[in-house]
Amino acid sequence: MSAHKPIEFLGACPVPISQYPHVLLAHGGGGKLMHQLIGKMFLAAFSNPVLDTQHDAAVAELTGKKIAFTTDSYVVHPLFFPGGDIGSMAVHGTVNDLAMAGARPVYLSSAFIIEEGLPMETLWRIVCSMRAAAKKCGVQIITGDTKVVDRGKGDGVFINTAGVGIVEHELKIAPQNVQPGDTILVSGDVGRHGMAIMAVREGLEFESKIESDSAPVYEIVLKLLKAGIEIHCLRDLTRGGLTSALNEIAEAANRTLLVEEKAISVREDVRAACEILGLDPFQTACEGRFAAFIPERDAERALKILRIFSSDAGVIGKTTSGREGTVFLKSSIGVRRIMDMPSGEQLPRIC
Amino acid sequence: MKFLDEYRDGELAQQFAREIHRVTTKPWTLMEICGGQTHAIVKFGIDELLPEEITLIHGPGCPVCVTPLEMIDKALEIATRPDVIFTSFGDMLRVPGSATDLLSVKAAGGDVRIVYSPLDAVKLAEQNQAKEIVFFGVGFETTAPATALAVYQAAQKRLRNFSMLISHVLVPPAMEALLLSPNCRVQGFLAAGHVCAVMGFEEYFPLAKKYRVPIIVTGFEPLDILQGVLMTVQQLESGRAEVENQYSRAVRREGNQPAQELLKKVFKVVPRKWRGVGEIPKSGLGLKDEFAAFDAEKKFGVVENRVEESADCRSGLVLQGQIKPHECPAFGVKCTPEHPLGATMVSSEGACAAYYRYRRLPDLIAAK
Repeated sequence: MSAHKPIEFLGACPVPISQYPHVLLAHGGGGKLMHQLIGKMFLAAFSNPVLDTQHDAAVAELTGKKIAFTTDSYVVHPLFFPGGDIGSMAVHGTVNDLAMAGARPVYLSSAFIIEEGLPMETLWRIVCSMRAAAKKCGVQIITGDTKVVDRGKGDGVFINTAGVGIVEHELKIAPQNVQPGDTILVSGDVGRHGMAIMAVREGLEFESKIESDSAPVYEIVLKLLKAGIEIHCLRDLTRGGLTSALNEIAEAANRTLLVEEKAISVREDVRAACEILGLDPFQTACEGRFAAFIPERDAERALKILRIFSSDAGVIGKTTSGREGTVFLKSSIGVRRIMDMPSGEQLPRIC
Repeated sequence: MKFLDEYRDGELAQQFAREIHRVTTKPWTLMEICGGQTHAIVKFGIDELLPEEITLIHGPGCPVCVTPLEMIDKALEIATRPDVIFTSFGDMLRVPGSATDLLSVKAAGGDVRIVYSPLDAVKLAEQNQAKEIVFFGVGFETTAPATALAVYQAAQKRLRNFSMLISHVLVPPAMEALLLSPNCRVQGFLAAGHVCAVMGFEEYFPLAKKYRVPIIVTGFEPLDILQGVLMTVQQLESGRAEVENQYSRAVRREGNQPAQELLKKVFKVVPRKWRGVGEIPKSGLGLKDEFAAFDAEKKFGVVENRVEESADCRSGLVLQGQIKPHECPAFGVKCTPEHPLGATMVSSEGACAAYYRYRRLPDLIAAK
């Protein structure tokens, strides 16, 4: 009889299972539940200095060169939506995560999890869209993987892309580098991608079609760097929108953020749709927008550069201290309140 | 945005606030009825513009909050059945019953879907004949006509796989119950504009007269609410107790009559338990006997289990205006929007949730 194999004990599950015996959709919604899951389960399990910076892309050294590395999975439904599709999004999203570290994107991987029965034509359209987006972003897809799952076990197709970029500057662009007094800028109007998807998914019809803002932003970031702007931190406004992004930064940087409602640009049709559904455009996802934390002396020059790409870019607030980890919003009638991290998915309200 | 920005203008808000300061000479306690108004008050910080003498009490007008725990447990029981597609408005899904919530039932394999209108649930019933489609009909007079229309359509279409779990409630009886409470501090009401858009405001005249209380039909934007407060204070200061309509751009005295007729056709007035308040006579709507086939409670034979609310929860006191949300010992400690203990923390329109979300820090709360 062979000796007993040593048993590898699993530690107690750090996410309170008594409260959540199952994973909820909200655990991926970009709000508090997702942060709890990431913080208590993934970060606790995998902790290391690079991961612990909790940046959109990890910056690490490889044979003396600084590189940025990131990965993201795309599970959007519908696969094609006004302003983009899952293919272009899978390229833009990962390229944007690299850009948030100030990296020049170079290589991508692409893994497809395809549901049995997906029309070949649909897959080809997605692949063509990825090819076009990669070309536009100047990246090459250099490796990949293909899996097919049973009908009913996927939502058409899921795509994972990982990306590698080169960091060609000496700045430390990370939440931990946000300083009191930093100006907060946003690169355009917010909330458009989320509403474009919601409108198609729920069959809501508005007078004008709301188009996703899905787009690469690395060009904007490289221009900021080239102009010698001392970027302290960048964060793209994806799940959970501007609100989640600002709260993540406030917490990771241990700073107080103060933003002004009136200064944040939301397109008319997006605002109207949000009003109807009872959603908050600041909590609604973007796919081509980011927030930048920049020293006040460079803010005006930075704004000028952002405005080349979107006339809706603006200064929305500043970093202060006193209430570390909290984001405040000055309402349209001039009163200050908390801008809280959403709990989970936004749900349309009753009345 | 047109028809919106005009009502959120910072300068005009300040002008209203100055006028309210000017006319106020005594302390007054007002209650805004609707959770939508509460949410706007806390989100925009409207109460911080008011003079110290004016206290706003946050009323019971959040349909999600006042849906009794027993009813949510019934919903959960039905939603768990494998033959059922359970439908509801989005914000009902997160509300915890005594053991779980609809989102968790969904995660565990239940077919729970968000719909934007009960008519979408009727459509689902037509498309899924082999399944039982159940709609959770919650809300005040605002959402009741749509529920009534869905039942009416389902009857016309002779759908046998469609039913409703109904927990509709009525505002005026709740106002009267509050006024009858010996602890009532309310001296004037901001009535819920959207309820009045459906029902009109004839019902409020006897209340205003009997209890000597001004009732102002009020909208939901910052300037609406400030004007509603101003009109109430003007009445109180001059000793009047009348019904007035601030929200005339949406509300007519007689309301929406076709909607009211539909309500009468489908529903009867029944006693209803309000979470955080208790049972109020004649304060709910239930299906008339001829529509009993669409009553999910009967169809699935769900039984009511009496469940105890958390002993730490003070939501009844909050709803009656006896304490502010942050004065509850459980607020923000044991009770948060992720793990609500009671009525007023469960929906984003509940007073406790609004306070938690927008001003849970001591210095913000101290500001008012």
